[in-house]
Amino acid sequence: MQINSKSFTLRRMVSNRMQRILQTLLLNLFMVLLMLVILLPFYWLIVNSFKTNHELFLDSLTLPKSFQFKNYVDAWVQGLSQYYKNSLIVSTISMTFIIFFSSLTAYGISRFRFRGKTLVFLLILGGMMFSEQIALVPLFKMLTRLQIYNTYFALILPYVAFRIPFSTFLIRAYMLSIPSDLEDAAYIDGYNSWQVFRRIILPLSKPILASCALVNLNFVWNEFVFALVFIEDAKLMTIPIGLMAFKGQLRINYVVMLAGIIIATIPLIIVFSFLQKQFLRGLTSGAVKG
Amino acid sequence: MKVKPTTPYFYVLPGLFLVVMIVYIPVLSNLIYSFFRLSSYSAAMSFVGLKNYVALFTDPVLLIIIKNNVLYLMISLITQVGFGTLLAILLESSVSGKASGIYRNILFTPALMSLTAVGLLWQFIYTPKIGLLNSLLRLLGLDSLQHVWLGESGLAMLSIIGMSQWQFTGYITVLMVVAIQKIPDEYFEASRIAGANALQRVIYITIPSVKEQLLVCSIITMIGAFKVFTEVYVTTSGGPGNSTHVLGTYLYQQAFLYDDLGMAAAVGMILLLVTLAISLIQLKMARTGEV
Repeated sequence: MQINSKSFTLRRMVSNRMQRILQTLLLNLFMVLLMLVILLPFYWLIVNSFKTNHELFLDSLTLPKSFQFKNYVDAWVQGLSQYYKNSLIVSTISMTFIIFFSSLTAYGISRFRFRGKTLVFLLILGGMMFSEQIALVPLFKMLTRLQIYNTYFALILPYVAFRIPFSTFLIRAYMLSIPSDLEDAAYIDGYNSWQVFRRIILPLSKPILASCALVNLNFVWNEFVFALVFIEDAKLMTIPIGLMAFKGQLRINYVVMLAGIIIATIPLIIVFSFLQKQFLRGLTSGAVKG
Repeated sequence: MKVKPTTPYFYVLPGLFLVVMIVYIPVLSNLIYSFFRLSSYSAAMSFVGLKNYVALFTDPVLLIIIKNNVLYLMISLITQVGFGTLLAILLESSVSGKASGIYRNILFTPALMSLTAVGLLWQFIYTPKIGLLNSLLRLLGLDSLQHVWLGESGLAMLSIIGMSQWQFTGYITVLMVVAIQKIPDEYFEASRIAGANALQRVIYITIPSVKEQLLVCSIITMIGAFKVFTEVYVTTSGGPGNSTHVLGTYLYQQAFLYDDLGMAAAVGMILLLVTLAISLIQLKMARTGEV
């Protein structure tokens, strides 16, 4: 009797184990297939970016006979370098201003009581609800009138204004979680509110400022609608629009175009694989897509 | 804190000023523009009443547009939010093991590409002769399934939507993974002691605990489906015929190809009303504690 029940338990354990192994196998099989679907376009992109156009047309699935690094050099020299420079300038300036204005606003809202605070808060927060396209036509008119249409500022100004609501929201939530003891002591020591901001609140908010900067970098670096409408001159185009212009300019030189797509994509993938934790914190504490 | 009553305004006003000037005033101007006829190159405006709206609502293309945006929304909700969440649950389940981090990172990679790069890449993938998709179909002996994916009006929209699912499903998965990781272990422990199986744990513990994040993901996916622009502009610009036009491309066409800014503003108003309605649903659901 005892032996029987023992072997029964043993059998059940074995079958449970089998079931588990089977589940793991099936799940991993499914995941590997899914990964193939995700990775195939990348494989195709990379492989063909090293071919000659002739090879590409013969068969786009095979490996290149010899690696044409020249495609990358051509893509860089024939235009991407200029677009890169523009994107770097626009993103750096935009990010700096976004962080500057948003942390100021977040500090004001999270630390003080004042008349009209609720209104200010609602206005800033409400700014998140409007997509860029709704303001596109009037902004185009406005930027033309201000005579900054077709300059870096035609991008920087809208980027900053449109990203303040989200960024303020993100930073404010973090600042609210900073205990006020340190500040109280600082005020007693004779600090004024600016010194408290500069020397206490900002240093303590560094993690969220980093996250905020990364989420905004992703936005500004990839932004398309404003960049398409507010810039006309190819010398000022950022990467997303530059790629489009590049395509028109190359016509049927496909392999150089493919190399260009890779050059345009690599920096963000590198940045985010190193700073993944910060980026994810920014995304998940205020999820907004592109 | 003893600060002068004016001090807080120095902190909040610069940001507020920018948002009001560059976000609110243009949005309001857009409402006004929608009742006028005006062009990019002159300051003249003439009042036309509801003429832009009448023209918009009697344009047969509008029906195609709404159909496309709604199709975008439905497929994205099912694939990105539905399937994406399922993936998150599978990745976080005990069976998925050590590889789950690698899977997650691979899934997320397409979301880091710019919409332009993805659009151009997929345009190549869909190219009839040399493209990846038709080449694969030939390799598998499924020659009859080959198509001019972006050139057939019945398929072009679905092809663009498919590309979007490839790009953003992993994004939603990652957002949901983070939410699932925040669920306290004790919940799962307690349910295991109570004898719940894996499926019951998902239904009674995982889903209820992440429903707030699920709502956020649904909202950003819905709003995303209505403001979609770049994906279509880069691949088909609305063609063939008008078969892939969405609100965004139609607005752009009216404003910057036909120079009819008033009409574009009216299209913008539809976009505004739809996105506001979706945002208000979110606010209401969050407030009544339904999520």
